[in-house]
Amino acid sequence: MLPEGNWITRAPNLRRKAILLAKVQDEGGHGLYLYSAAETLGVDRTELLSQLHTGKAKYSSIFNYPTLSWADIGAIGWLVDGAAIMNQTVLARGSYGPYSRAMVRICKEESFHNRQGYEIMMTLAQGTPEQKAMAQDALNRWWWPAVMMLGPSDDKSPNSDQLMRWKVKLESNDAIRERFIDRTVPQAEFIGLKVPDKDMKFNEKTGHYTHGEINWDEFFEVIKGNGPCNAKRLKDRVEADKKGRWVREAATAYAAKQAKEREIA
Amino acid sequence: MEDTQWPVWEVFVQGNPGIPHKHVGNVHAPDAEMAIQNARDVYTRRSEGISIWVVPSNAISASSPEDQGAFFEPSNDKPYRHPTFYKIPDGVKYL
Repeated sequence: MLPEGNWITRAPNLRRKAILLAKVQDEGGHGLYLYSAAETLGVDRTELLSQLHTGKAKYSSIFNYPTLSWADIGAIGWLVDGAAIMNQTVLARGSYGPYSRAMVRICKEESFHNRQGYEIMMTLAQGTPEQKAMAQDALNRWWWPAVMMLGPSDDKSPNSDQLMRWKVKLESNDAIRERFIDRTVPQAEFIGLKVPDKDMKFNEKTGHYTHGEINWDEFFEVIKGNGPCNAKRLKDRVEADKKGRWVREAATAYAAKQAKEREIA
Repeated sequence: MEDTQWPVWEVFVQGNPGIPHKHVGNVHAPDAEMAIQNARDVYTRRSEGISIWVVPSNAISASSPEDQGAFFEPSNDKPYRHPTFYKIPDGVKYL
């Protein structure tokens, strides 16, 4: 199981547990859509998974931060999935069909994750002082990683030029980040929480928020594999693959048996 | 036993009675039966379908994108196949 999977059995009630399971199932599907899109370029899925397990393939920087409390599940849905939607609704208009079609489906499902996360945060924020503090603590820890996951600033983004030339990427990281911040800061205020950025200010002239300095050194360290949980994440992923092997072998054996029975009949 | 990712099956879902099955994506599965079950789990979790077809990906033949122009050209120069090609006087009804 992946690190944050421990919250499934620790969900505060059955409703939240069922919802979290549904979300996990969606996310498994999103991985599958993206691998499918990559396979259309001629690479085998086995090869892609091996690249992931050996640390050669990159994955989003956001998956290298720990989930310390139940509120983190709320913060992830609200902020991380919220940022992902902001990015993916643009990617859904991109030029490569298999990828953009995957993004259309992903965005539809992420909207549910986004709202379920906000609902968790709202419930905690309206609860006891301890619960509200838990929500604020999760926001404090997830805000900057969420702001950073939209990618390096435009002057430090090595892949943007090529992807924009191909029209796979239609808007710059900073443009999408601005939209994410503009929409999310008022959502935090509405439930009485505060984003951990003392320089965050609404600029009446531009109609946008200006944010404080982003710690890009941290971002690039995480990308390089030196984030708080990179090693743990990769180890758990390899372990999950190993533990799932008997299921794949059983399915293969069952298919072979069925084929044989059809032959006899 | 070799740990494989199984063959790829293209998935077609019929959204409602009376409309055609539409391609929605693909799944990996060891046989057709499990491909249908995987397709249900992946592509119809929110009432998107009432019927699923799966077809082995390698059984699909496709026209070539490079030949698109020449291949479909014969239909472009026959505007008389469309009803709007014909001029009918204003007074004529039901035509």
